[in-house]
Amino acid sequence: MTHPVLSVRNLVVDFPDRRQTFRALDGVSFDIAAGEIVGVVGESGAGKSMTGAAIIQLIQSPGRIVSGEILLNGVPITGLPQAEVAALRGKRIGLITQDPLTSLNPLFTIGQQMIETIRRHLPLSESQARTRAIDLLSEAGISDAEDRLGAYPHQFSGGMRQRVVIALAIAAEPELIVADEPTSALDVSVQAQIIGVLKALCERRGTAVMMITHDMGVVAETADRVVVMNKGRIVETGKVADIIRRPSESYTRGLIAAIPSVADARDRKPVAAGVAPLVEVQGLCRDFRLPARTLRQRFAAPVLRAVADVTFEIPRGTTFGLVGESGSGKSTCARMIAGLLPPSSGEVLMEGARISGRKGMSGDQRRRVQMIFQDPYASLNPRWRIRDIVAEPLHGPNRRAGRRDLEEQVAELLRKVRMEPDAMFKFPHQFSGGQRQRIAIARALSSEPEFIICDEPTSALDVSVQAQVLDLMASLQEELGLTYLLISHDLAVVRRMSDFIGVMQRGRLVEKGDTDQVFDAPQDPYTRMLLDSILDISKVA
Amino acid sequence: MQGNQVLPGKTTSGSRGRSLLAKISDSDVAYSWWHSPVVVIATAVLLVLVLACLFAPLIAPYDPFDPASLQLMDGFSPPMTTSSFSGNHYLLGTDAQGRDILSTILHGGRVSLFVGASATLFAVALGVGMGLLAGYRGGFADAVVMRIVDVQLSFPAILIALLVFGVARSVIPPSLQESAAIWVLIFAIGLSNWAQFARTVRGATMVESHKDYVAAARIAGKGPVKILATHILPNVMGPVLVIATISLALAVIEESTLSFLGVGVPPTQPSLGTLIRIGQQFLFSGEWWILFFPALTLVLLALSVNLLGDWLRDAINPRLR
Amino acid sequence: MLFFILKRVAQSLIVMIAVALISFIVFRYVGDPVAGMLGQDASIEDSAALRDRLGLNEPVLAQFARFVGNTLHGNFGISYRLQEPVLPLILSRLPATLELAMLSVTIALVGGLVMGILTALRPRSPVSMTIMTLSLIGVSLPTFLIGIGLIQLFAVKLHWLPSFGRGEVVDLGWWTTGLLTSSGLKSLVLPALTLALFQLTLIMRLVRSEMLEVLRQDYIRFARARGLSERTINFRHALKNTLVPVITITGLQLGSIIAFAIITETVFQWPGVGSLFVQAVQFVDVPIMSAYMLFIALVFVVINLIVDALYYLVDPRLHAGSLKNAG
Repeated sequence: MTHPVLSVRNLVVDFPDRRQTFRALDGVSFDIAAGEIVGVVGESGAGKSMTGAAIIQLIQSPGRIVSGEILLNGVPITGLPQAEVAALRGKRIGLITQDPLTSLNPLFTIGQQMIETIRRHLPLSESQARTRAIDLLSEAGISDAEDRLGAYPHQFSGGMRQRVVIALAIAAEPELIVADEPTSALDVSVQAQIIGVLKALCERRGTAVMMITHDMGVVAETADRVVVMNKGRIVETGKVADIIRRPSESYTRGLIAAIPSVADARDRKPVAAGVAPLVEVQGLCRDFRLPARTLRQRFAAPVLRAVADVTFEIPRGTTFGLVGESGSGKSTCARMIAGLLPPSSGEVLMEGARISGRKGMSGDQRRRVQMIFQDPYASLNPRWRIRDIVAEPLHGPNRRAGRRDLEEQVAELLRKVRMEPDAMFKFPHQFSGGQRQRIAIARALSSEPEFIICDEPTSALDVSVQAQVLDLMASLQEELGLTYLLISHDLAVVRRMSDFIGVMQRGRLVEKGDTDQVFDAPQDPYTRMLLDSILDISKVA
Repeated sequence: MQGNQVLPGKTTSGSRGRSLLAKISDSDVAYSWWHSPVVVIATAVLLVLVLACLFAPLIAPYDPFDPASLQLMDGFSPPMTTSSFSGNHYLLGTDAQGRDILSTILHGGRVSLFVGASATLFAVALGVGMGLLAGYRGGFADAVVMRIVDVQLSFPAILIALLVFGVARSVIPPSLQESAAIWVLIFAIGLSNWAQFARTVRGATMVESHKDYVAAARIAGKGPVKILATHILPNVMGPVLVIATISLALAVIEESTLSFLGVGVPPTQPSLGTLIRIGQQFLFSGEWWILFFPALTLVLLALSVNLLGDWLRDAINPRLR
Repeated sequence: MLFFILKRVAQSLIVMIAVALISFIVFRYVGDPVAGMLGQDASIEDSAALRDRLGLNEPVLAQFARFVGNTLHGNFGISYRLQEPVLPLILSRLPATLELAMLSVTIALVGGLVMGILTALRPRSPVSMTIMTLSLIGVSLPTFLIGIGLIQLFAVKLHWLPSFGRGEVVDLGWWTTGLLTSSGLKSLVLPALTLALFQLTLIMRLVRSEMLEVLRQDYIRFARARGLSERTINFRHALKNTLVPVITITGLQLGSIIAFAIITETVFQWPGVGSLFVQAVQFVDVPIMSAYMLFIALVFVVINLIVDALYYLVDPRLHAGSLKNAG
C-alpha cells in the first residue's frame, strides 16, 4: 500500500495568551501525493503559514500542536524527540521561505551555506559537496555558479537569492517541499521565473510541494490541487480549475469574485472627449546622489536618476494608473506630484498653475491635493484618536469653529467611507487594515480635495478587503467628481480602476494611453513582457 | 492576529465603556508589573526611599547640620545605642562628630536624588532636542550632532563629568564655588549623559519621520516644528522613558562617585558619596556603620531603579522577552 | 578599502584637532598659567618674562599652533602642583595603568562573552537567571564600593591580598612591571577585578541582547529548516552575526576601562595615570588635565581605528561590492 507523501490529520494548534487561548489551526486535514503540487490559499490569519510551520515543526513559541497527526510517508512525525525532528528538516522536508533578502546569513558566502547544508545530510567530502553545490545552483538557474560560490548574499538580487534558497531546500533531495509564499516579495517578471524554476526542479525529482500563498494567480499557474483555508479551518479542497471556475462554498465564491483579473475589461463609463486636464506632469526628473564608495566618487558623486523625463496629464474626474516594478520610480513620481519631494527638473501643473518646486503650493492648492498611502499601519499616528487624525487636514477656512462642529464634520466624513461615527473616539490599533485604509481615505477627503494620489492603496490588504476599498474609491469618485492618480504594481488592480495608464521602467515612462488599448495591444516590449509574465487566475488550465 | 476563534469560557477584553483605572489595571504593563514580585518590591523600596529623603527635614530624628544639636561626646556610637550623655537614641549609630547616621543618610539621599534627577532631566531635554533635530533634518545637522555623540559616547561619562567639573571650578570665582558646586555637578553629570538619549531619539525619529503619517501631516500643511511636537515626539518617548530610568541610576552613582573622589558636592551639603568617603576613613578602625549604612542606601536606591528600568524595557518592548 | 581607511583616518584627525583645541582652551584660559607655574607671590618681572617666553602675548592662532607643535614634540608644559614636566610624570605612571587595564580587559572580555552567550542560549535556565540578577546588582554597585568591599573581605578580614599599592616592581628601564614579582601580582588581583566587574556586566548584557536579536532572525529559522545542528546554528551562524555589533561597542567599552581606572586607582592608591588626573582636578593642575585629555583622546582614536578595521574585515557587506544584477 502506498502512502501519500504527507498526511495531515485533524491538526490543532493553540497559542495560549494570558487572557485567552487563540486557536490558530482547528482540525486541519489534507494529503499530498508524491510529485503533486498542492496550493494552500487563504487570507491573512487563515492559518496557512501556521500549517507549514507545524509540518516542519518550527512553530514560534508559545504556539504548540495540541492534537492531530502529521504523517510523512505513513510514519507519524509529531511528538518525535527534538533531535529526530531536526534530522527530518532539510533531509526529508525542505522549506522555502518568503523573504529571500533575510533568509540567508549575510556573513557567510553562498558556497559556505550550500556546502554546510549538503554535508550535513549527505556523506560527501568537501570537494564533492562543492561540485554538487555548483550543479544545484546551475540547475536553479544561476549562471557561472562556480564563480558565484564565493559571493555573499548581499551581492545577489532578490530573485537570485530566492534561486539560492530553492537550491538549498532541494540540496538533500527531500520528499516534500514546503514553499511559504515563495514569490510574494518579488517583482512580477521575476515571480514567473522563480515559479518556473521551482516547478521544473520538483517535477524532475518527483518532489511533492505544498505551495502556501495568498495569491490565487500563483496557484492557478502551478498547482494540481488547492486547499482553501479560512480562520484556521479548511473551507474546501479540490482541483484548481474546479475551485476557480465552480467554487462550492460561499467563502470561496466570495474570494474568487474579489480577485481582479487583467483579462476583465473595465466596466467604466468612457471618458468624454475634450475634458480639460486637471493635472499636468511635464518632463519630471529626479536625481539621487549615491554615497561615495571610492576616493574618485568622493569628488564626483554617482547619481541615480530615479525619474527621467516623465510627462502625462490627467483629465478631471478620471483615474490615471501608473504601473511599474519596484525601483521603477513610480512612488518617487507620486511623492513629487504630492509636493513631498522637490523635482530635480520639470514641473507639475494644476489647472495650469505650478504646484511643484521648492516653493510648493499655496494654502488653497494644498487643500485640493491629497494622498492615500500604502501601509495603513504606518499612515495613521498610533497615538492619535481617529477624530484628530481625520480632522488633521482641516484648517483655515475649512475648519469650523468648536469641538462639537468638528466632531460633526468628522462623523460626516466617516459615514462617507461607510464607517460608524463613534469610531472617532478610538485609536488606530483598534481597527483592521481595511478599516484603517477607510480612515485614511476619510482624512484625505476632509479638506474637500479634487485630486487624490493613491500610492499602492490596497497592496497591504487581503483581496476581499481590497475589493471593498476599490469599490469605495470608485463610488467616491463618482459621487464627488474626484481625480485619481493610482500607483500600483498590480496590473489587475490598475486595469480595473483606471481610464488611462502609464507604464514605468527604470525611471522612464515607456508607454501611456487608454487602459484597454494598452492592455489589449501593448506597443512597448517591456509592457508586453510584463503582461506575459503575470500570474493571473484567467490563465488557469 | 485577529479574527480567529477564541476558546469559550474566557473573557475577551473590549475597551469601550470602562473606567480609566480598570483599563490601566487590565493593561499588559500592569499585568507584568503585578506578576513580577521582585519589581513590586523594588517599587516599594524606591517609593519609601524617595519619600523618606524628600521629607528628610520632617522625618530625620536630628538635624545633622545644626551645630547646636551636635553632641560631640556621642561620637562613634554604634547602632542601636542610647547615649548616656545626651539621652539621644541612635538607630544607625553616629559618626566622628556625633552626628546621627540615619539623619545624615536622609539628608544625603536628598542631595543625591536631587542631583541625579535634575541631571537626568537636563540630559533628557538636551538629548531629545538634539536627537529630534538630527533625526528629522538629517544631512549636515545630523552629521555634526552624531559625530559629537559618537566621540562623547566613546568617553566614559565619569571622565567627562570630571573634566567639565574641573574646568567649571577653575572658571567660577572661589567665593561662589560653594553655592554653585551643586549646579556645576548637575550640569557636568547631565552633559555626560545626554548622548545616549540623542542617539536613541535620532534613530527613532528617523524611523518615525519616514512613516506615512508624517507625510500625511506634511500634505496637510503642517510645519516641521508642529510635526515634531505633535507627531514624532509622543512616538519616541517610550525608549526615552526606559533610558531615563536607567540613566537616573547611573546619575546617582556618578554623583556619589564624584563626591567620593572629593570633587562633588561641598562638604557642607554631604551626599551619600560624601558620607561613604568619610566612612571609609574609619573602616580599618572598626567603625563599620559609618560607611555601611550610606553605602547600603546608595546600592538599594540604584538597584531598585535599575530593576524598574530593566522591567520597563521588557514591558514596553515585549519582543525582547 | 583605501578610501574607507582614508576617511576614517581623516575623521580621527578631526577628532584629535578638536580635542587639542579644547585642551588648548583649558590650558590657556582656565586660571592664569603664569600664576600657576610661578606661584602666587612671583615678582612682576618674572611673570612678564615667563609670559613672553611662553608666547602668551602672541595672537591666539599662533599660540594654538605653538601648542600643537609643543604637543607633537611631547612638551606638555610643567605641572603647577608638582613643578615637574608633565610628560615624564605621565610616562612614569603609564605602566601601572596599562598593566591594570590589560588584565581587566581580558577578564571582562572573556567573562562577558562566555556569560553573555550562555544566558542568551539558555534564557530560562536557573544559571542564566542567577547571572542576570547578579549582573543587575553589578551595575547598581558603584565601582568604588566594589573596591571597598573587596578590600574589606580579602585584605582586612582574610589577609590574603594587599589592599593598596603595586607591591614590588621590577624596573626594566623603560617600563616598570609588577608582573614579575609575587607581591606585584598579588597587588594586581583586587584592582583588576574591581575594574573588570562593571565592564564585564556591560559586555555580558550586550552580548546577550545582540545574540537574542540574532536568534530571532529569518536566516536562523531558515538554518533550522535546512536541518543544521543546534551547535552549528548557535556557534557558527548566530555567534558570528552577534560579534559584528559587539566588536564595535565592546571596543569602545574597553577603551573606557583606562578612563574608569581613575576610580579604581583612587580606591587602591594605585600609582597610575588616573590617580594623577584626579589629583590634578582637585588642585586645578591644568597642564596635567589637558595632557591627560589628549592622552585619553589618542587612546580612543587608536581603538576606534582598530575597531573600524576589524568591522570592515568581519562584515562582507562593507567590502564585497555588488555583482551585476540578474533575475
